[in-house]
Amino acid sequence: MSKAPTAARSGLLACEVCRLVSHAPPPGSDAYCPRCGAMLHMRKPASLARTWAFLIAAIILYVPANTLPIMDTSSLFGTQSDTILSGVAFLWTSGSFVLASLVFFASVMVPLVKMIALAVLAGSVQMRSVAHPRTRTRLYRIIEFAGRWSMLDIYVVTILVALVQVSTFASIHAGPGAAAFGAVVVLTMFAAASFDPRLIWDIQEKES
Amino acid sequence: MSSPTFVACLECDLLHRQTQLPSGGEARCTRCGALLYRHAPPDANERALALALTACILFVVANVYPIVGLEVQGTHTSSTLFGAVESLWDDEARTVAVLVFFTTIFVPAAELIGLTWVLVTLRQGARGRGAVAILHFIESVKPWGMVEVFLLGVLVSLVKLAHIAIVEPGVALFSFGALMAFIAAAAAAFDPDAAWKQLETIR
Ligand SMILES: [Zn+2]
Ligand SMILES: [Zn+2]
Repeated sequence: MSKAPTAARSGLLACEVCRLVSHAPPPGSDAYCPRCGAMLHMRKPASLARTWAFLIAAIILYVPANTLPIMDTSSLFGTQSDTILSGVAFLWTSGSFVLASLVFFASVMVPLVKMIALAVLAGSVQMRSVAHPRTRTRLYRIIEFAGRWSMLDIYVVTILVALVQVSTFASIHAGPGAAAFGAVVVLTMFAAASFDPRLIWDIQEKES
Repeated sequence: MSSPTFVACLECDLLHRQTQLPSGGEARCTRCGALLYRHAPPDANERALALALTACILFVVANVYPIVGLEVQGTHTSSTLFGAVESLWDDEARTVAVLVFFTTIFVPAAELIGLTWVLVTLRQGARGRGAVAILHFIESVKPWGMVEVFLLGVLVSLVKLAHIAIVEPGVALFSFGALMAFIAAAAAAFDPDAAWKQLETIR
């Protein structure tokens, strides 16, 4: 495992935009890709600090995202506020078990698992863990891809507001929870984009 | 001073020598399993252009027609995607309105128009104005185009509304379905390496 032929060890830099591998300039000077002109970095700049910052902001906003209503419905029968979870419960009790599971998975499980996974990834790099590098890289690949599905409920609210607001029998308004929830999705996407999985492997080589 | 025969894994930094792949093949990192590159047929970007052009047309149809209609007690209402964004904006849910606009209208449109422009100009053997900047932009906004998630969201809201009213899927709903498929197909067909190599020769 030690002394793997990495780009960094060979004095090469890979462009993250066009993937061209080029020679690293002398330390201290900025590097640009000779083919596409993108700025080159050996590793994503301030990766851990930025990941933690976005992640902590996401964790804080996860509380209002789940406790504040994402939708207020007023009709002849009164007013009703829906949080993410009560929306799932509504789908479940009305017999749409598949959709209830789908929304629960996308809106509750995905953000939660994504935040835990990012904390595990950033924490393990910080503590210089050498365990399961391949599994951790795969975990990163999955959460980077899966996070977008959490936007599901935002789109549901959008359609419901648009269609029911104009009709006479009821009106639906977006609640403050929707903005908080949207922010959680955006922040976890930034957190995932800030994390550099190559850090997992750098430790691997130094410690072995 | 470049080494075009090498490719570095973006997830673990391991260096690999690039080899000729069989048709339809893909190369994965030997250490972490990340995708390194795919085999691209010589006409890959021709196909990507045809798919992107079709997606552009579908995008227009999907945004002009209503996504879904609703009938309650004889009154009919319907909304386009942009109309839905406007309702959110008027409803003081501005953050959400901006987020929906960005992920379902702005990013997919910018990606499709940008990709089409770059591919059309490359096909004519020219370097389109801003081609490099456009390809950089497409690469950076890629995760923010969420047409497929939006489509699922519409289906969920259809089921929710079916409890209180008669719902009528609109023309745009089917167009969005097709748009999702064509965006995915264009992205899969697009061979960025060939485009970059071609851009490098036209200066
Ligand atoms: Zn480059
Ligand atoms: Zn790798």
